[in-house]
Amino acid sequence: MSAAKTERLMNLLIMLLVQRHFVAKSRIREILYADASDDAFERMFDRDKEELRSIGVPIELGSIDAYFDDEPGYRIQPDEFALPEISLEPDEAAVVGLASRVWQHQRLARATTEAVRKLTASGADIDVTALEIAQPRLSADEPTFDVFFEAVIERREVRFDYWRTGQDAPSRRRLQPWGVTRYSGRWYVVGFDLDRADERIFRLSRVQGAVSKVGEPGAYEVPADLDAAAVARRLAPTPHRVRAVVLAQVGAATPLRRDAVSVETGVTGPDGSDGWDRLIIDRAGGGIADEICSFGPAVYVEAPPELRESVIERMAASVEGLAR
Amino acid sequence: MSAVPGGAATSKEQVARLLALVPYFHARESVRLAEAAADLGVTPEQVVKDLKVLFMCGLPGGYPDDLIDVDLDALVSSDGKLVRDGVVRIGNADYLTRPMRLTPTEASAMIVALRALRAGADGETTEIVDRVLGKLESAAAGGGATTAVAVHATPDVEPDPREQTMRTTLAEAISHGVQVTLDYYVPARDEVSRRVVDPHELSQRAGYTYLDAYCHAAEAPRSFRLDRIAEIEVSPTPISTERQGPRSLEDGLFSGTDNATLVTLRLQAPARWVVEYYSVEEVRPAPEGGGAIDVDLRVADERWLTRLLLRLAPHAEVVHPTTFGAEFTAAAQATLAWYRPGSA
Repeated sequence: MSAAKTERLMNLLIMLLVQRHFVAKSRIREILYADASDDAFERMFDRDKEELRSIGVPIELGSIDAYFDDEPGYRIQPDEFALPEISLEPDEAAVVGLASRVWQHQRLARATTEAVRKLTASGADIDVTALEIAQPRLSADEPTFDVFFEAVIERREVRFDYWRTGQDAPSRRRLQPWGVTRYSGRWYVVGFDLDRADERIFRLSRVQGAVSKVGEPGAYEVPADLDAAAVARRLAPTPHRVRAVVLAQVGAATPLRRDAVSVETGVTGPDGSDGWDRLIIDRAGGGIADEICSFGPAVYVEAPPELRESVIERMAASVEGLAR
Repeated sequence: MSAVPGGAATSKEQVARLLALVPYFHARESVRLAEAAADLGVTPEQVVKDLKVLFMCGLPGGYPDDLIDVDLDALVSSDGKLVRDGVVRIGNADYLTRPMRLTPTEASAMIVALRALRAGADGETTEIVDRVLGKLESAAAGGGATTAVAVHATPDVEPDPREQTMRTTLAEAISHGVQVTLDYYVPARDEVSRRVVDPHELSQRAGYTYLDAYCHAAEAPRSFRLDRIAEIEVSPTPISTERQGPRSLEDGLFSGTDNATLVTLRLQAPARWVVEYYSVEEVRPAPEGGGAIDVDLRVADERWLTRLLLRLAPHAEVVHPTTFGAEFTAAAQATLAWYRPGSA
């Protein structure tokens, strides 16, 4: 972080905020980038504008004066820039503090922290440790969550490879995303499928590889009456729950134990010793095989047979792959 | 997590902080440095660093009168030490008296979190949440841009009464200045280890509650996530260490990167999500093609890597250094042997 750069960004922001009219690009250069060459100025100025916009500063582009050649000018309208007056009662501020702890997802947790900072700056006294009441948690572990979330906010088309059950290979999809929604413990993106010309939902955990955003932001409108949660309920398959019976070595697999419906101790395990516990786990499908694999030989699957086979196949493929 | 997440402090983050800092002091008279830092969720050192930059900003005239006034003398003593109870005064910045509007991401994250709270709240709380939602929605919609709420979700984890009890227990231990013994789950090793710590502070980071403490087993300050603490035992023994300065959000959490090894993994298509999830140094197409990639990442604890490779099996392998794959191979063989006795 360079103090000089922060200073330049701040001065650019202040300059555009206090002028009533558009400020000519040449004047901005003269005052803030006086030492830069033509190329360097263009590069720095473009990047500076982008950085300010990325934190939410609304920089407008307009033309300065009809009489001159169309030299571009810039401004920030105070009404667009500033948070409107908002006063929170003490109980309301406490609720805001609680809300800032709901997200378990790094990016959205940061967004709520930033929102609390702005509300604090606006005069509210928010004590984030005030109310000692139990609170809910929201998480999003799917790696593509962020990019779909951004695309919805930007209203930008996305393309991605999607793996449907029963297909041999993923297929390429083009979607105008309307919203992301959580249903039965899974995240989905809801939107307009450009190839099927209809509304569709996609489960984030089935998206393969990277998601690319294409085209311009603001490319389409989200239906005003959209209820993404209702669309998900209508279009999503009813999730099947998996009941698994596993043996775990004493002291291992704490996360599985936490979710266990029952735990039976002193069970004889595959090594013939009684240093194992039998756990019955009740989970919404997907991901349980990955989690069980991650514990290696400390967890042994008894049932169901599909889960057992899946672990055996995966371990065998690894061992054979390594022998190759 | 042993991989190091990215995110060095940047100028734009500092700008965002300054844009909250100026209105914060404008809305309050005579706030002390330490109190302001706590309210804004940063260290007093960072507040002073930010103010020193602010001191150089102002109107485009170039005259001394155009610059924002900051009374730095009240915050830093003549020998360079911070004056924590110094009063912060900022002047000549009337154009920055309001904080910036919430961005669509911030408004969306906040609104969804409030709705999640509402879903599990009692009647009285529901009514308060509704008032806040009303105020936020109108503040967000007041400008030119309409705020799309991009996310719709009900909470997937019910309120955890265990964690609440822990908070209370730890808060008491902190105020009495006594040691606690923790049974703490370490995912990298999939084991619960017992350690005696001096509890110093409870803090919130990225949605989790942490206990910042001095760990007598590690002989160093450590942060412990409350949801990974299995048991707490409060001891009558007084703590023997001082709190070692506030730790910033980014540092501290992920220690031990100095002796991390650079490991190259080959990931098949189904394992490519690793790149988006952990901070990696370099990604390139694998020589074999077919969507496979080679990824360089820093690994501080081989056991963490083994657990990751097992989770990804059979779509990931270690390319370099080859010795780093041995533990994984042994684990995969041992697992297989449970199901096919004699095959290993």
